[in-house]
Amino acid sequence: MQTNKPNGCANESRRSFFKKSTAIAALAAMPPLLAKAGENDEKLAEYFEKVPLQLEINGKPYSLTVEPRVTLLDLLREQLGLTGTKKGCDHGQCGCCTVHVDGQRINSCLSLAVMNHGKKVTTIEGIANGDNLHPMQTAFMKHDGFQCGYCTPGQIMSAICCIREGHAGTPEEIREYMSGNICRCGAYPNIIDAITEVKKGGQPL
Amino acid sequence: MINFEYTKASSTKTAIDASLKNNNAKFIAGGTNLVDLMKKGITAPQRLIDITALPLKNINSDAKGITIGALVANSAAAENETVKTKYPLLAMALNAGASAQLRNMATVGGNIMQRTRCSYFYDITMPCNKRNPGTGCGAAEGYNRMHAVFGASDKCIAVHPSDMCVALAALNATVNISSSKGDKKILFTDFHRLPGDTPELDNNLQAGELITAIHIPANNFNKAYYLKIRDRLSYAFALVSVAVALEVKNGIIKDVSLAMGGVAHKPWRLTAVEKFLIGKTASQQVFKDAAAMAMDGATTYEHNTYKIKLGKAAVLEALTKAVV
Ligand SMILES: Cc1cc2nc3c(=O)[nH]c(=O)nc-3n(C[C@H](O)[C@H](O)[C@H](O)COP(=O)(O)OP(=O)(O)OC[C@H]3O[C@@H](n4cnc5c(N)ncnc54)[C@H](O)[C@@H]3O)c2cc1C
Ligand code: FES
Ligand code: FES
Repeated sequence: MQTNKPNGCANESRRSFFKKSTAIAALAAMPPLLAKAGENDEKLAEYFEKVPLQLEINGKPYSLTVEPRVTLLDLLREQLGLTGTKKGCDHGQCGCCTVHVDGQRINSCLSLAVMNHGKKVTTIEGIANGDNLHPMQTAFMKHDGFQCGYCTPGQIMSAICCIREGHAGTPEEIREYMSGNICRCGAYPNIIDAITEVKKGGQPL
Repeated sequence: MINFEYTKASSTKTAIDASLKNNNAKFIAGGTNLVDLMKKGITAPQRLIDITALPLKNINSDAKGITIGALVANSAAAENETVKTKYPLLAMALNAGASAQLRNMATVGGNIMQRTRCSYFYDITMPCNKRNPGTGCGAAEGYNRMHAVFGASDKCIAVHPSDMCVALAALNATVNISSSKGDKKILFTDFHRLPGDTPELDNNLQAGELITAIHIPANNFNKAYYLKIRDRLSYAFALVSVAVALEVKNGIIKDVSLAMGGVAHKPWRLTAVEKFLIGKTASQQVFKDAAAMAMDGATTYEHNTYKIKLGKAAVLEALTKAVV
């Protein structure tokens, strides 16, 4: 049995592993079950089929294969090592996992990676220009828009879109349109100051 | 999450055909409800049919009304100029739902089809007739603070969680549906079901049927308001919500539509209150009288009796805010 193969090769190995393991299970099983395991073998193996996925992440093209159940968040963190995007709740309730897909902010924990085929993804790793931080990153530092920093990548990605969408007119509007990003440290007032400053600066984001 | 087969449909027909081939298949659009439910093990489809490439992303309006494709994102619908100016109740309700990120992902069709947020439905270790028919309703004798006060049954007291749907019920929308048998329309208020003896069925969409659009007929409403009361100011489901649209001429209520969310298994139209209001002056006293009758016929459970007082207050506030 092959193990620890990187992307792409794992498919075959998992498939044959699965077949072997059902065969072993079948040997130990009662006869009726044995027949059933044989019938279902090919069908069940399909569930481990990886599907090809091409997408662009932070300007770089990727050609991958993934299991359909892998979320965009897990793809970024677990398979591509882009761990800047955080996992908080994994259920759309906290905003830690916010990334941009085709320029729009989304929760990557509720997006199946395969459904992003052909799209452009931007993560927190992709917003600085070389050593020059993105204006929103600079403003978060200047205004202390964080304490522990866990929510910060999501806050920053969300904040950029909050301005782009035209929803950063007043502190109240910012609060409403940033409500999808929870901060357990309660850095909200400083986050709002940071967003307000970037909004006033008027740089293209 | 249990793995599944994934296919991407290129046309409405192939999507419908694929769904008929496997009775454990589901369409997926924004994924914001389905992926959540799959992660929790509440549902485990064998096959997902990705419908996001289907040409159901247009918003068309004319003198007869507006048609919004099933795949239009909740944010795109809320930001659409015609929606904002001619159907502001819908824009308000959409913006009251979820978060900016989720509204970018969530589609109109998916929003209609989203399942209840009842905590017993969500906890697979608990009894729930909706998730697992015959196991009982954990909420009836449990912590039922979020639950229904109208139209519930002894099998299920869950509420429908959508904000958008409350506005659509008030705006007399219809749901456009395609299947292998052709196209049909269902009146929005007939789309979702009451739980009765079959709480596992949220709505009347049949296997192999795909929502293609919603249609809202043109109206003469000149005042509207969507009021949502929740545990925090934003990014939480409604405890109760009120969608109201009025046509007020020279101070007289010519027409009114009133629907509540967070109170029933489906958006709940307050038809008796509407009847009471038509022809009356749009005054505080009339609104108070209307609010006083709004919760008539409600049945409460141990932890949600507050919804009676809150519901009345919410109706009064929504009517008041609509006319200012
Ligand atoms: C943290 C959180 C907070 C939320 N808060 C709110 C809130 O305050 N108010 C609110 O209203 N909603 C709220 N939502 C729910 C959100 O609005 C729904 O999850 C969303 O609208 C579902 O749309 P979708 O496209 O993502 O659906 P999906 O998850 O893709 O699909 C949901 C269901 O609809 C079916 N489906 C999708 N499209 C079609 C179609 N065209 N025809 C037939 N069936 C179809 C799918 O098969 C699936 O069963 C919240 C969600 C989360 C995660
Ligand atoms: S991790 Fe995605 S919203 Fe919390
Ligand atoms: S800085 Fe700690 S959670 Fe926001």
